Amino acid sequence: MNETLVIQQRGVKLYDGEDKAKLDVGIVLLSTHQLIWRDLKNHECCIAIPLSQIIYFEEQAAGIGKSAKIVVHLHASPANKEPGPYQQSKFSYFKLSFKEHGQIEFFRRLTEELSQKRWESTPMSQPIPTATNSQVRGRHRTDNLLYYTLLCYTLLSSAILSSAILSSPVLCYTLLSSTIRFKSYLLSMGIANPVTRETHGSGTHYHLQLAKQLGDILLAPLEERGGMMALTEVYCLVNRARGMELLSPEDLVNACKLFESLKLPLRLRIFDSGVMVVQLQSHSEEEMISSALDNVTDKGSLTAEEFAKLLGLSVLLSKERLLLAEKMGHLCRDDSVEGLRFYPNLFNSQA
Amino acid sequence: MSFEWPWQYNFPPFFTLQPNVDTRQKQLAAWCSLTLSYCRHHKLYTLDIMEAQESPVFNHKNIDRKLSMEAILIVFEELRKKGNLEWLDKNKTRCLVMWRRPEEWGKLIYQWVSKNGMVNTVFTLYELANGDDTESEEFHGLEDWMLIRSLQALQMDGKAEVISMDDGKGVKFF
Repeated sequence: MNETLVIQQRGVKLYDGEDKAKLDVGIVLLSTHQLIWRDLKNHECCIAIPLSQIIYFEEQAAGIGKSAKIVVHLHASPANKEPGPYQQSKFSYFKLSFKEHGQIEFFRRLTEELSQKRWESTPMSQPIPTATNSQVRGRHRTDNLLYYTLLCYTLLSSAILSSAILSSPVLCYTLLSSTIRFKSYLLSMGIANPVTRETHGSGTHYHLQLAKQLGDILLAPLEERGGMMALTEVYCLVNRARGMELLSPEDLVNACKLFESLKLPLRLRIFDSGVMVVQLQSHSEEEMISSALDNVTDKGSLTAEEFAKLLGLSVLLSKERLLLAEKMGHLCRDDSVEGLRFYPNLFNSQA
Repeated sequence: MSFEWPWQYNFPPFFTLQPNVDTRQKQLAAWCSLTLSYCRHHKLYTLDIMEAQESPVFNHKNIDRKLSMEAILIVFEELRKKGNLEWLDKNKTRCLVMWRRPEEWGKLIYQWVSKNGMVNTVFTLYELANGDDTESEEFHGLEDWMLIRSLQALQMDGKAEVISMDDGKGVKFF
């Protein structure tokens, strides 16, 4: 097991012993190996303490005008310590002051980690990715892949090689999978400056900005997928593109609810079954219903799975389309041991 | 003459209760008419719901589809509302199917009586339902309970009077 993140908490101020550190509010991260404090705005300003360095720690309850704190007592720092914002201190302890609470859970997890001593069983493979070096690493990896993919494309376009490649399934597969990965990396690079609570505060303003950003980045993927994506799919896509600044499901839903009032060309749609999707506004219901009816009439009858294959959509979404067409009276169902199958509604048309 | 199944009978969705209200109405109407015409063709007057479930009407073996008990009950309830069915017990296990309602039977009988100039004549119930004279009539073989109801319906209109006779009942038409 490598080093993994255990818990993180925003809104934490540092005390150098009894003195307020001359640092801003930051985020404190606990991994299986170290305790890290990072400045909220300036991600380069970062203090890491190996958990093995901690002798003991204690809680300090909150008081009037005082936030709850965790006092951490340390061994003397090793001589080979890397330079940081605080080179030395006259105290043998520091305090974490929790401005936005979360100290109880943090204290519990810290106690757990210190008793389990997981850092002993596994070597620290790599420093915990702070924003700056993960970005560097990510870009490096992406560059490699870009290079590789472009190479593949060049190969493909050369006429001599193409026949050889196409006749080799393994090569084809490699090409294909690298193309898919290439696409996903393009997406990963998508959001350069994600809207976060830290940049836009909390509340409506944050959601408004978030909705606008979602509107920008979702248009292309939506068009590619026939105008509709399940909210879960949107969630994965958006968070992959945001990288470190993960979005909560609630924030995503709240932002999507604002599409209409912002007059964005997207809509959040909740089906009767409770399934939520984001769809293009131009994606008309009638079109969806008539395509469902056409396909079913064409094949005689269809299950959601068969319809999904025909459209290249997810089973969930194709089922919603069939149900919608049923609701509008264009289809009817046959629910047997073989599964749910939809037929043209002959009750209406032949009666 | 063999029974002619409606097109719906070969349509698998016919055997699934449709969730769409409009569609379901049409489906139920088709079921009601199928049930009645089947009973009429086979001259069935009483149905046992357990037996009905296994009968070819509700169990189409060729396409391997069966109407569920729940759906059968809904069809029967629909028939009851239209006056074509009556439950014989509280638990709804047996029912009378009236593919012709008593008034309709009464009308048929009265037509036959007046056509043959037998108004003001007295008949025994047996004569009416099983006598040689009525052999070619549709009400020939009508079950007693149904016959009495039909005559009672006529009585309400003042066209007949059910009278008690030595060995059972009789009727006089006006």
